[in-house]
Amino acid sequence: MSSYDRRRFLQLIGSSGMLMASMNPLSAFAMSGSPSARVIVVGGGFGGATCAKYLNMFDPSLSITLIEPSKRFKTCPFSNAVLSGFQNMESISHSYKAHENRGINVVHDKVTQIDNTNKTVVLSGGEKLSYDKLVLSPGIDFKWDLVEGMQASDAATIPHAWQGGTQTTLLRNQLVSMRDGGTIIVAPPGNPFRCPPGPYERVSLIAHYLKQHKPKSKILILDAKSKFSKQSLFMQGWDKLYPGMIEWVADEKGGRIDEIDVKNNIVHTELGSKHKADVINFIPPQKAGLIAHTAGLTNSDGWCPVNQRTFESKMQADIHIIGDASIAGKMPKSGFAANSQGKVCAAAIVSAIHGKTMPEPSYVNTCYSLVSPDYGISVAAVYRYSNDKGIYKVKGSGGVSPKNADKVFRQQEARYAKGWYDSITADSFG
Amino acid sequence: MSIKRTVALLLFSSCLSVSNISSAVEISQATMLANSCAACHGTHGKSPGAIPAINGKSASFIIQSLKDFTSGARPSTVMGRHASGYSEKEIKLIAEFFSKQ
Repeated sequence: MSSYDRRRFLQLIGSSGMLMASMNPLSAFAMSGSPSARVIVVGGGFGGATCAKYLNMFDPSLSITLIEPSKRFKTCPFSNAVLSGFQNMESISHSYKAHENRGINVVHDKVTQIDNTNKTVVLSGGEKLSYDKLVLSPGIDFKWDLVEGMQASDAATIPHAWQGGTQTTLLRNQLVSMRDGGTIIVAPPGNPFRCPPGPYERVSLIAHYLKQHKPKSKILILDAKSKFSKQSLFMQGWDKLYPGMIEWVADEKGGRIDEIDVKNNIVHTELGSKHKADVINFIPPQKAGLIAHTAGLTNSDGWCPVNQRTFESKMQADIHIIGDASIAGKMPKSGFAANSQGKVCAAAIVSAIHGKTMPEPSYVNTCYSLVSPDYGISVAAVYRYSNDKGIYKVKGSGGVSPKNADKVFRQQEARYAKGWYDSITADSFG
Repeated sequence: MSIKRTVALLLFSSCLSVSNISSAVEISQATMLANSCAACHGTHGKSPGAIPAINGKSASFIIQSLKDFTSGARPSTVMGRHASGYSEKEIKLIAEFFSKQ
């Protein structure tokens, strides 16, 4: 082909490309071999990993990038089993190989800035990645300013273990080092927070460990709340399995901590009491993960208001926020809820990209808790969306495990708790 | 082939592609509903662990099971609390979806 012909050929291709673009801008990408759209997912936990996978399942022509600092994600669910000593960290660690095998671009880095005008995210090294649609699933951050005497770096000695990985190991090591007859304080925060039954499963499984190895020890729960998730079921289990070992102090009875003396391991409560302990598991009040604040996507409470049908931010277009960071109506902040929202969000994005109406959303949550390795309890809910209610519970469904269940029932729920973990981690990371 | 013919061929095949791609991705109500089962029963209903797999079960079996869980005719630990959240029509869609997995 002469250079003139080649030039003419390219001009003709270029103009036919413009013709294609005028038919459907996003389809034009696909026709020329480019993706139908570029989606970036920030955060590779239960929300982000699930969203990325389901985006790919719905539309394999999407270019999907999943940005997550950890090469192996260490879950919070079942981290209490590690604290208790009957599982190890490896058993709750998950790689992103399956995502890579699907053709999802996995980037192990942190997003430090979002430029939604130019539709780019900036990574810690300065690299910029472009998107058509952005999903944030950044989890939680902590409101350290709400308690005197403590700052983020103090979590190295007073672990929250409310983010998985090194914090879990740290708390486990403290429990192992503690003398028999020691006191452990577990301090759950006020609502809303990640995983409402989580602190109480933690108490249960620490008690299980103590019963076997350090039976003279005690657990003191200093709670910023007046009641908690599955309370009567937990307390029934504690009375049965760990009588005399656990004391729960409600907010109004002096449970709310307002100051921590980090050096001396002493906590002070709002009602003026103080407690010294061998191990303090202080779980601070929470807010959305840092990037959500940096990007201007949070309200005055520190969480992200979203369209609860599509999870698109109410504050900025083309950015969707799922999981703990989002305000999702009646759904709790849980890994299960994040996985559910990830799928609904993926459906919303793919539908929008292809100019289709998304199907009516359906959401679900089940929180399994182990009172001991073979005593399980659960709370379940099915949700729908309406414009006036947002995400609401379907009447006549859901609820907690029965109060009058026998040993076999509790054992079966414990088995299903483990089965749930295997299924959801395969669904999210596999 | 002449340049004109090449471009004509490209445009023609591209027009075919446009209609294929823009109608290719539509997410059904059945998929939306069934996806909410995956967290416990596994992606596509293929459970790797203790919770029963439901992929490839007959639609009539799934429909009857969910009906019986809801009424309590079939005892369950948690399924009664879930099945009762779906209408008959939704159950039929879910059942048909998993029967094909």
